[in-house]
Amino acid sequence: MKQTARIISTYSADVFGVCSALFELGGMTIMHDASGCNSTYSTHDEPRWYDVDSMVYISAISELEAIMGDDEKLIGDICAAAKDLHPRFIAIAGTPIPTMIGFDFSAVASLIEQRTGIPTFGFPTTGMNTYVHGASMALRGIADRFVVPGQKQENAVNVLGLTPLDFSVNGADRSICAFLEAEGFSVNSRWAMGADLDELSRAGRASVNLVVSGAGFGAAQSMKERFGIPYVVGLPIGGKQSKLLSQMLRQAQESGDDRILHADGADASVAVIGEGITSLALANAIALENGRPARVLCATECPAGILRPCDAMTPDEDDITAALRGVDTVIADPMYRPICPQDAVFISLPTEAFSGRIYRARIPDLISDPQSILKEVL
Amino acid sequence: MLRRVSDGPDMTGACVRIAEADFPAPFASGLEYSSPARGTWNIVHTGMLIPEAHEIFVCAAGCLRGVVLTAAEMNAMDRFSTVAVREHNLLDGDMEELVIEGVTDILRKLPKLPPAVLVYTSCVHHFTGCDLDYIYGELRSRFPAVDFTDCYMNPIMRKSGLTPDQLMRARLYDLLKPRQIDPKAVAIIGNDLPTRENSDLMRFLRSRDFRVHEITSCETYAQYQRMAESAYYISYYPAAAAGGDILEKRLGGRHIYVPFSFDYDEIEAGFRTLTEVLGVEAPEFAGKREQCNKALEDALALIGDTPIAIDYTYSPRPLGLALLLLDAGFRVERVYLDSISGEERPAFDALRERYPDLTLYPTVHSKMRFHSSKAKTGFLAVGQKAAHFTNTDNFVNVVEGGGMFGYEAILDTLEHMKDAYLHEKDMRSLVQIKGLGCECCL
Repeated sequence: MKQTARIISTYSADVFGVCSALFELGGMTIMHDASGCNSTYSTHDEPRWYDVDSMVYISAISELEAIMGDDEKLIGDICAAAKDLHPRFIAIAGTPIPTMIGFDFSAVASLIEQRTGIPTFGFPTTGMNTYVHGASMALRGIADRFVVPGQKQENAVNVLGLTPLDFSVNGADRSICAFLEAEGFSVNSRWAMGADLDELSRAGRASVNLVVSGAGFGAAQSMKERFGIPYVVGLPIGGKQSKLLSQMLRQAQESGDDRILHADGADASVAVIGEGITSLALANAIALENGRPARVLCATECPAGILRPCDAMTPDEDDITAALRGVDTVIADPMYRPICPQDAVFISLPTEAFSGRIYRARIPDLISDPQSILKEVL
Repeated sequence: MLRRVSDGPDMTGACVRIAEADFPAPFASGLEYSSPARGTWNIVHTGMLIPEAHEIFVCAAGCLRGVVLTAAEMNAMDRFSTVAVREHNLLDGDMEELVIEGVTDILRKLPKLPPAVLVYTSCVHHFTGCDLDYIYGELRSRFPAVDFTDCYMNPIMRKSGLTPDQLMRARLYDLLKPRQIDPKAVAIIGNDLPTRENSDLMRFLRSRDFRVHEITSCETYAQYQRMAESAYYISYYPAAAAGGDILEKRLGGRHIYVPFSFDYDEIEAGFRTLTEVLGVEAPEFAGKREQCNKALEDALALIGDTPIAIDYTYSPRPLGLALLLLDAGFRVERVYLDSISGEERPAFDALRERYPDLTLYPTVHSKMRFHSSKAKTGFLAVGQKAAHFTNTDNFVNVVEGGGMFGYEAILDTLEHMKDAYLHEKDMRSLVQIKGLGCECCL
């Protein structure tokens, strides 16, 4: 049955994607929620929580406030906190309750901005989509609002879609930047690990965007629309794919066309389960380096045009179970293991977005060490 | 590039001398921060106390995320399943069907039917007027061999009637079926952690030949059901008391609430109540006060003027503990709490009068994001949140009273404090573990 999970985990939700994407940018993010969202986010979705004093809060909405439509309590609380804490921007992200009571995100954001003078976003997340949706929405918001036009710089690349939910805190974000620099590119901005709001605001100077996860897609679209910056979708996993990606970045900046690498996945008996763009990059690497076609079972939202015909959207446990019939090798988070075919080879690839902190120490940096997974695919 | 964003704001409004503190809410409500201290139990941990029971949560993904990973971290995914509520369910009005068919689908996929299923519905069911009676009626007719009970993950109701914590502790006993009552059987109810065998309560009951049931020691569902033979239900954790009243009405035993306390008179008053209701010989407390006084002196001789911080997660009486220690000469400087329970009013008043400089700090105020000390401090902390905020490795790692009760709670607390003073712990790692006392895979 759709929507049931007998034994597997649940992906981080859209509201947490907003928080994760904005975490290092000096803003104040408020989850409009009664209780629980902040402990969930800080415990399972945010490895930076202990060390970085990012201003992420919940509104602590009560039953009475919800029923009476008392938005003024929220507005007053946010304005008071902003007065004390001086965030560079304010972001309100939704959960099921504001969704049900028809909370007007844009109106409330506008009111708060008028009262505080601080740029304010209202992100209408519902808590019912995955983190990809929320993170993409948030980074698009930043791109729409803060990125200013700039003189284009050749070979300058923005890296879009960096969050610990996809890349943990094991250095994978830095490895992507190192790859670009080794290929003769300069990293213009990193969205949004290791960067601040000022760095992101200069993204308009880039000649091409590299979208490394679904979280970066909204910002890529924004910069395409506003500044005509083309984007390339992919990750430098494995030497062959990395070379192709480098070529595609140069081609894109010259032609202005968007590009994505699609290796052959037809008749695949290898399945990669996970977020669409990162899983596609791994499937490409398996095809290019190991000579085995691999297909993606995408369990999160994925923009149109990313997946190949051989891939599938599989948001629910039953979808995945059905799609794994006949597969001999599965690469996925360990929390998928109980529903994988007994006779299939299971290759563990944990992600924070699915299993949280449980396997954090075992999450590989596939950019600098692709063989940690590829060597297991026989 | 991980770095601290700021050295933080001044803490005006996020701390108050007790002399100026309002009761019961010393701090203004507002946006809420979540500290990394995670040792207190949540509704997943507590529900798992029912042996062999299976938990099914029906909520939005954002709400499921925390409970799924709670179950995973306690190695209990084989007893845990989910049904995700999506946006179309809000619009389609098919919430009842989603719960019924979702739970049915899961139960049919399990290797064997569990004897009991805890179905957790959430805020969305409350706000959409979901017909829970219909849902449970249908589930019971489909699975007559399974005992279902209604549980809730609706934190939006935390200020309306019973809190989710009270409700969960009450629901733990909802599955007990009436049976012959044994006048010599008692059940200690509502605790996440087992009552310590050396506690005054357990020794009192055992020495008077009572058979003591406690859910924490039940290993099978059949053992759990034997709790229903109890003639008396004893609760001492404040959030458990409401469940005791419900149980009394439903099963016919008698509920006795004996509050956890650090106050000598209140401890003895509690045992007088027990003695009267149970109709047994009164306990002998001669020398207990002197023993505690001596233990306080010994601990003070070791700990000296080390600053002490206490938080509300250590026990339900943070102010009571502060008063006991301050009266004994300890240097208690801070108490971390967000509100003050009615039971703490006498201690609050006494502290205001005798120790007006004692400072209260909240744990969820937005400024507390920046309160945690960047460098290690010389505090001795009693409780995880106090340890985090004062950034000390010298701390007592106990939550929810730790199963202590009576004079032994005082003696055990002092032993914990001495041990914490002498031996550092890896505070950062320890406090981030959820549900202290549960199995943990981290």
